[in-house]
Amino acid sequence: MTITPALLEIEGVRKSYGGGVTTEVLHGIDLSIQQGDLVALIGPSGSGKSTLLNLIGLLDRPTEGRVVIDGQAVDHLDDRALTALRGKKLGFIFQSHHLLPGLSVLENVMLPSAASRGGFQASMRAPAKELLSAMGLGDWVDAWPRQLSGGMQQRVAVARALMNDPPLVLADEPTGNLDTETSNQVFDLLRQRNAERATAFLIVTHDPAIARRCDRVVELVDGAVVYEGAPSTMKSWA
Amino acid sequence: MLALQLAWRFLREGRTQSLLILAGVTIGIAAFVFVSAIIEGLQVNLLEQTLGSQAHISVSPEEAPPRPLMRDRGVAFARRIEPSEPRRRPFDQWQRAVRRVEATDGVVAVCPKVSGSALAYRGAAEEAVEVVGADAARLRRIVDIPTNLIDGQYRLGGDDAIVGTSLAETLGAGVGDPIRVRSGDRESVLRIVGIFDIGNETVNGRWLVTSLRNAQTLLGRVGDITEIDARVADVYEAERIAREVQARTGVPTESWMERNRDLLTGLRSQDASTTMIRVFVLLAVAMGIASVLSVSVVQRRGQIGILRAVGTSRAVVLGVFLWQGVLFGLVGAFLGSLVGALAGELIESSALFDITVTPRLLLTALGVSVATGVLAAYLPARRAARLDPAAAIRGDE
Repeated sequence: MTITPALLEIEGVRKSYGGGVTTEVLHGIDLSIQQGDLVALIGPSGSGKSTLLNLIGLLDRPTEGRVVIDGQAVDHLDDRALTALRGKKLGFIFQSHHLLPGLSVLENVMLPSAASRGGFQASMRAPAKELLSAMGLGDWVDAWPRQLSGGMQQRVAVARALMNDPPLVLADEPTGNLDTETSNQVFDLLRQRNAERATAFLIVTHDPAIARRCDRVVELVDGAVVYEGAPSTMKSWA
Repeated sequence: MLALQLAWRFLREGRTQSLLILAGVTIGIAAFVFVSAIIEGLQVNLLEQTLGSQAHISVSPEEAPPRPLMRDRGVAFARRIEPSEPRRRPFDQWQRAVRRVEATDGVVAVCPKVSGSALAYRGAAEEAVEVVGADAARLRRIVDIPTNLIDGQYRLGGDDAIVGTSLAETLGAGVGDPIRVRSGDRESVLRIVGIFDIGNETVNGRWLVTSLRNAQTLLGRVGDITEIDARVADVYEAERIAREVQARTGVPTESWMERNRDLLTGLRSQDASTTMIRVFVLLAVAMGIASVLSVSVVQRRGQIGILRAVGTSRAVVLGVFLWQGVLFGLVGAFLGSLVGALAGELIESSALFDITVTPRLLLTALGVSVATGVLAAYLPARRAARLDPAAAIRGDE
């Protein structure tokens, strides 16, 4: 029997902030994500979800504990190596789209590829267009972000997160600013990618409907995991 | 390359802001070019006026020391009575000295010459003149008479003489007219073959240029010369070269810089004030660029966070803002040079000298402008590169 290494493994991760008086916001988190997982990270505001997502996304470093991505421990990597690993292994979707307004829709999608290859190149256009077509935005490649609706912008952000075909995508409230119908459309796109390419997703959400559609739910309260399992067995759903 | 591509897109996105600061850089560089061109033109003009009729370096033996005129109880008293023509010592082995001056680095032309005071007569008119005797080909490389000739021709053979406009007018003589020239008890009759206007009233009114042989005979210095004049490639190196010439020849040597101390002090003061103006202009340009880019970093915190999140390195983020400084500098230098040159062109007609925007000045403006842009962009760029991406995305301070 072959044991597949976890795509993401975090062990005993703690994170504190502050100089004189320190506040610990994460108290020894353990979490494992395998290829093809679709995990919802839920919890009340201030429970440490975004902090955890930043640690997993290599945008921040834990005060204590270990983060391993695709078999590589990141504790001792310098900023350059972390940046390279982030570009290769991780995709990001943020709540407020965060498209670059000075770049066209197509350039926004090409951005992760341009970052890893040192500049925008003609060869990046075809895969970026393909992704945009898959998101239903094939006619908007040369448009500017400001010309798009909120839902369309979030679909561009999804396409951007998938551009380098990362094995793990971190989504921070990807449907937070969208109406129900658009939220479902965006989630369907994530689901579809998960099914087709076994891309793993860790989705921070406040929306129970979205969390219920994931394979697994991790509930964080006051910086600690209070539940991890299938959505159907979660007691705290009201 | 990504840094440059993003820099261009950032500038394009903040078009109004970019155009405003570009206008500032353009005005600054235009002022830099304009002021530099004017001061340079003025200095070139002053130097031309000054050096147009004098050698950069003059080598001549000391005047004979005063002789004791009376002795009293063994003590000699020196009394000096200014003679009408200070008697110079003979220039020993002047041909060898000429060769040594010619062999000195930086010297581009050498002319042995005889000069001395005399009186010129034509009819009832008489005028004190400075007889200058030299070889025509050598002299023209020291004092450019041929270009400034307004009548006749540049020729110094036989009894030929060339005079300035004012002297010709005083004597009432024109080309082809004979004049008598007397120095002490010697007298020659010379014929005017050319009249020049060298732009210097003293020279125009005093100089009577003739062949070396004529002057030697007239001034009683047969086979001798009074000085060796030399021209150097870089006028500001004249003093150093003069010292070298003196060491080589053993004959007292004087540069134009010694003869014109006041002018030199004036030129140096002008240089200092021009440098101050340039520095203040460039400081204003630098502060303009720095403030706009600092605001840009604050405004784009979220975008910088996203760039870092998608795998853009700190070096690229640093480069994005440095490139913006370079682009401001490059385009500003191009437009500013154009505006500065046009402004120079506009006032040239009312100025009394040429205002020339040289390729060297344009290259300097380009280098200075780009360097200012990069230096001004450095601090904002470093701040952008050091942003914590997580905090930047959250929008924290």
